[in-house]
Amino acid sequence: MTATTKTSTPMTPNRTSRVEATIARRKAEGGGALIGYLPVGFPTLAESIEAAVALAENGVDIIELGLPYSDPVMDGPVIQAATQQALANGFRLRHGIEAVAAITARVDAPVLVMTYWNPILQYGVDRFADDLLAAGGAGLITPDLIPDDAADWFAASDRTGLDRVFLAAPSSSDERLAHAVEVSRGFVYAVSTMGITGARSDVDSAARILIDRLRLAGATSACVGLGISTPEQVREILGYADGAIVGSALVKALSDGGVPALGALAARLAAGATGIRAAV
Amino acid sequence: MSTSLRTETGPYFGDFGGRFVPESLVAALDELTNEYALAKVDPAFAAELMELHRSYTGRPSIITEVPRFAAHAGGARVILKREDLNHTGSHKINNALGQALLTKRIGKTRVIAETGAGQHGVATATVAALFGLECVVYMGEVDTERQALNVARMRLLGAEVVSVRTGSRTLKDAINDAMRDWVTNVETTNYIFGTVAGPHPFPAMVRDFQKIIGEEARAQVLELTGRLPDAVTACVGGGSNAIGIFDAFLDDPAVALYGYEAGGEGIETPRHAATLTKGRPGILHGARSLMLQDEDGQTVESHSISAGLDYPGVGPEHSWLSTIGRATYLPVTDAAAMDAFRLLSRTEGIIPAIESAHALAGTLELGKRLGPEATILVSLSGRGDKDMETAGRYFDLLDEGAQQL
Repeated sequence: MTATTKTSTPMTPNRTSRVEATIARRKAEGGGALIGYLPVGFPTLAESIEAAVALAENGVDIIELGLPYSDPVMDGPVIQAATQQALANGFRLRHGIEAVAAITARVDAPVLVMTYWNPILQYGVDRFADDLLAAGGAGLITPDLIPDDAADWFAASDRTGLDRVFLAAPSSSDERLAHAVEVSRGFVYAVSTMGITGARSDVDSAARILIDRLRLAGATSACVGLGISTPEQVREILGYADGAIVGSALVKALSDGGVPALGALAARLAAGATGIRAAV
Repeated sequence: MSTSLRTETGPYFGDFGGRFVPESLVAALDELTNEYALAKVDPAFAAELMELHRSYTGRPSIITEVPRFAAHAGGARVILKREDLNHTGSHKINNALGQALLTKRIGKTRVIAETGAGQHGVATATVAALFGLECVVYMGEVDTERQALNVARMRLLGAEVVSVRTGSRTLKDAINDAMRDWVTNVETTNYIFGTVAGPHPFPAMVRDFQKIIGEEARAQVLELTGRLPDAVTACVGGGSNAIGIFDAFLDDPAVALYGYEAGGEGIETPRHAATLTKGRPGILHGARSLMLQDEDGQTVESHSISAGLDYPGVGPEHSWLSTIGRATYLPVTDAAAMDAFRLLSRTEGIIPAIESAHALAGTLELGKRLGPEATILVSLSGRGDKDMETAGRYFDLLDEGAQQL
């Protein structure tokens, strides 16, 4: 009847996670992965597809594609404004699937979809998983779905082999971190600071401590997100984490200067990631 | 009924409830859940809250029989539970006091709240002043305009009022911004949530702090009439005053329970807030419940003349009570509510909040159906002082030149 009980150890995934493989490859090269977020449908559906392709062509390893949602409680002003515009332009969930298919047809970078849970629930969890898989998508990042209430997503992701990326926060208990590591596939999304999305001048030292705690819990694929906007921050984070996630800064670049400005920022961030590779 | 309906403690009420929140908030929700569980069984906590109810709020609130109003309700006996007489003017103080005591117990120094009509914001600003807590209230820009007096009250009480300009600029967006604040400042900050919606433990905890309404009223009506009422009515936005008065009667199967939600300009139009009548199950603000949404699960903007009912979601316990048939939920239009608002004012000298006027309008129809033998207990959840600007415009009561507040 309810989904309150913690899910037991999940079934072994029936396919290898391309996201995990990408992160592992970058680590083997002496650094980590650069993950770039953009929302679907901003500024238009077609331009958002071009923008995501530009990320991959400029050195972003994994694309995180956000589905616009009316009540995005984890998002700061930059992403709120972009997704609100996408919704005003008539964004529909099927556009998300179409965008994944269009992007994966053109670039090799794995595409994860970042979405609040109600749109998936209304689309149908199984139906969305099937359509995402068919479109070449890698899995879901779920900012407002915690493992405690995710029974139907566990079933659908085990059936399809899609990645499921759960969040870990500085405030999470050791027990919850261990559970997040155990049930996540692709990577664990380490929230760098207590807060919402948006560029910050300092990425909290809390991120380093959180990654240390996730390592103790057995994490081999843990990426840091929230507040990261510069090549220097990417380099610093890849010194201890397996990936760095950049969102608002990319959205702002796209908003201010279109795809050319976005591509240029992505290239600079990728150089930050390469810097660590060269330095090690 | 052999099993009690009063023992549900969450996180789920049937299929409704849960905790659909960012991981960053889980520790705070766990802390609240655990501290509340301890406080609930601590006689000292109960005693302190009871004393505040008595000497600060003015509880127990009285009941008032309203025969001149009842003459328009098919002659049924109509009895009002007077939450409008509470300090700060509504039932919201019951919950704000409980959660402020809990905040002190946890040791946090800053509280935040969302508010629609401003009643919960005023109640929270009030208890923050009483306990010396820093207070920030999030309020949609649309609501700050239609409830300007409550904004002034909150500021006078020392609270910071943040006018929320995202989304539909009403209660739902105020909750989003309060959640964002909480995620960022959870170490020092407690979120005093104003209704029986939101993630666990809020639906059960806020109900527990509000159930004093029904517990008092049940005993008061028994004393006055010698029997239980035939029906209990309340308005429903998020649903805290309704749960508060329903709870004591849940295990009295002979007592019918009616919740009246905002029908706005009519449920055949898109401009309403009739969540239980027209909504589908979905997730909003951390809980699975009925809600107004489009095919893609995007929240649909609601409408009501009453800011306090202008919310596209509803508490999960109401969705459950509706599904199992224990309570009945019906829409009341803006026009019907405003007629009832004026009728109670003119027949009884009691100016209700426009929110509460929805319950009165529903009661007028219910009384005609139940007939003169029936007794109906109505939750008069708040008073209408805050609504004079809206009412003045609606009924054209203001002299020329007096329109600017």
